[in-house]
Amino acid sequence: MNTIATSNYLDGLLQGQPPASPLSWLNQLRASAVDRVGVLTVPTTRDEDWRFTDISPLTKLSFQPAQGAAQPTQAAAQLAPATLEQWAIPEAAARLVFVDGIYAPEHSYNRAGFTVENLATGMNRHAAAVQAQLGRHAGFERNVFAALNTAFLHDGALILVPRDLSLSAPLHLLFVATRKQAASYPRCLVVAESGSAVTLVEDYVALEPAAYFTNAVTEVALADNAQLHHVRVQRDSAEAFHFAHCAVSLAQASRYHSVSVALGARISRHNLGVLLAAEGAECSVDGLALIGGAQLADTHTLIDHAMPQGRSRQLHKCIVDGAARAVFNGNIMVRPGAQRTDSSQSSRNLLLSAKARVDTKPQLEIFADDVKCAHGATVGQLDVDEVFYLKSRGLSETAARNLLTYAFGAEVIERIPVASLRQRLEQAVLAQTQAADPGAAGSS
Amino acid sequence: MIYQDSKILLEVRGLHATVNGIEILKGMELSVRSGEVHAIMGPNGSGKSTFAKLLAGHPAYEVSGGEVRFEGKDLLELAPEARARAGVFLGFQYPIEIPGVANSQFLRLAYNTVQAERGKEELDPLEFDDFVREKMKLLEMNPDFLDRSVNEGFSGGEKKRNEILQMALLEPKLAILDETDSGLDIDALRIVAGGVNQLAHKDNAIVLVTHYQRLLNYIVPDYVHVMEAGRIIKTGGKELALELEERGYDWVGAEAQTGVRVTP
Repeated sequence: MNTIATSNYLDGLLQGQPPASPLSWLNQLRASAVDRVGVLTVPTTRDEDWRFTDISPLTKLSFQPAQGAAQPTQAAAQLAPATLEQWAIPEAAARLVFVDGIYAPEHSYNRAGFTVENLATGMNRHAAAVQAQLGRHAGFERNVFAALNTAFLHDGALILVPRDLSLSAPLHLLFVATRKQAASYPRCLVVAESGSAVTLVEDYVALEPAAYFTNAVTEVALADNAQLHHVRVQRDSAEAFHFAHCAVSLAQASRYHSVSVALGARISRHNLGVLLAAEGAECSVDGLALIGGAQLADTHTLIDHAMPQGRSRQLHKCIVDGAARAVFNGNIMVRPGAQRTDSSQSSRNLLLSAKARVDTKPQLEIFADDVKCAHGATVGQLDVDEVFYLKSRGLSETAARNLLTYAFGAEVIERIPVASLRQRLEQAVLAQTQAADPGAAGSS
Repeated sequence: MIYQDSKILLEVRGLHATVNGIEILKGMELSVRSGEVHAIMGPNGSGKSTFAKLLAGHPAYEVSGGEVRFEGKDLLELAPEARARAGVFLGFQYPIEIPGVANSQFLRLAYNTVQAERGKEELDPLEFDDFVREKMKLLEMNPDFLDRSVNEGFSGGEKKRNEILQMALLEPKLAILDETDSGLDIDALRIVAGGVNQLAHKDNAIVLVTHYQRLLNYIVPDYVHVMEAGRIIKTGGKELALELEERGYDWVGAEAQTGVRVTP
């Protein structure tokens, strides 16, 4: 692919930008992002960071933001509340629904008692707080998708958690895709003041099997002693393209726990960067990709220990069937002076068919001398003796394989602190493993 | 116990088998009637465990000759799960750990699969919970083991109890218990053996594969077979086990080769 073609493609994607905002700093941020898109190109497999992820299928299709479409709220209005039931989290204290990237107030509610609202409204009301954080964590210098999202920065979710507030009921952000060729650029900002503790579910779903383009950016800033459980579920349509960038900044003794589950999309790329920016910060970054067919799921994480006494834990699992491909690149950086860092990372992968493929690359970069760091990666098939043990108790080959596959994924799903979502996802994993063609199994 | 006119459950004739191209079983012969308890003893490497796993259908073993009939039907043509459903049970020497699968879920799935095959009622999780707790009492097992992953972090004795619990649930016609006594302390051995004895009746049969005579103090065999180099070289009553305990295995081999009774 040559540069002219890709810049034409990016020009096409830049069509239909939101109108100028009354907030001048926002217009400036967008403008600098547009400039940056003009300099950057669509990544190819020649870029080190995209070596295993060929996104050329994306560039064969064109996408338009829903804002540009006539009667943009039509889709939201046509969405029956009953339709949303299947994704409902009954215990949620607040829910914001976005349809093709457009906020749908009629499907949203907030009983949390603090700011959980759409960003377009929230950034006028809380201009100072938003301006201080928005765009400060998710850089777009070298990331064309983050730059595109920022060029379209218009709406999404704003969550401002007050000091010392602790809420066990989750906050639910539900992004529903309904139209083919729609491009959506949701932007979420989570600012948690000191001593607070909340749970956030960021959830991407599809109404039908359409090819659409989701390009999301989430920024999270946790103040001293704040805690966030961040669950991310990507269950897009198997035709969709999903690009996401999440940047997290941790102040002193704050704790960030994330579980990301990727089930959908034809091509998905999830970048997650956690900066342990002060002493004693802690994070766990867990992930599960369960894919089949011709899907590709790419997860890139960076856990950046910039200060002493940080602790990080990471378990990333991929279950790959059919001719699907999973990519994991997990970088752990321990910067000079980040002494007494305690970090462990594990990448475990299960290949269910002969054509399935996983590329895993755990990376440790250590520039301090008093640290404890461990990492490891495994790639395997279902264990013959485990399958035989189950069969010797009467389970069929298929039932045995499904149970073992399910168990492999359940280890990650069990870490989701939202009971109803956990159960739904366990069912989804069970359904997905059962849908898999046993004849395609590799180790039999 | 030996019953008059009881029917033949298992019939092994001239069985040869290989693993990775190496012949392990070389002309195995065995007949087991319902109601009987058989012990297969022998030194390490004699083929005892291979024979046990082969009967259950382990994919690593290839049959190169002979036949195995279970209730008159060809057992070797059945897949492992079909053998289990037909009533063949293998108690594993090294039960497999399965992280992420709750023991209760696994036990219920196995139980219901076999029940369905027999045209009997399947149990929902609540009904099964009551049922399995009763069975666990037989083996003095803590109900906590239901919530843990299958065999994960279980001690050797706990794993073996869990095996016998599965036998109690599946009610096999033929139970082959592979080194069930290994790794058990004396209390655990007594409990496990007591469980097996309670499960034995005139319509099923038990084949104990064991290296030591110790287990046979608790589960008294009707027949003791000595295996060497892939086949049974001597068969006797329970007193043979005592003799083996006292004199080792060497004399049996010598006797089999020369045909002369070797006295101590």
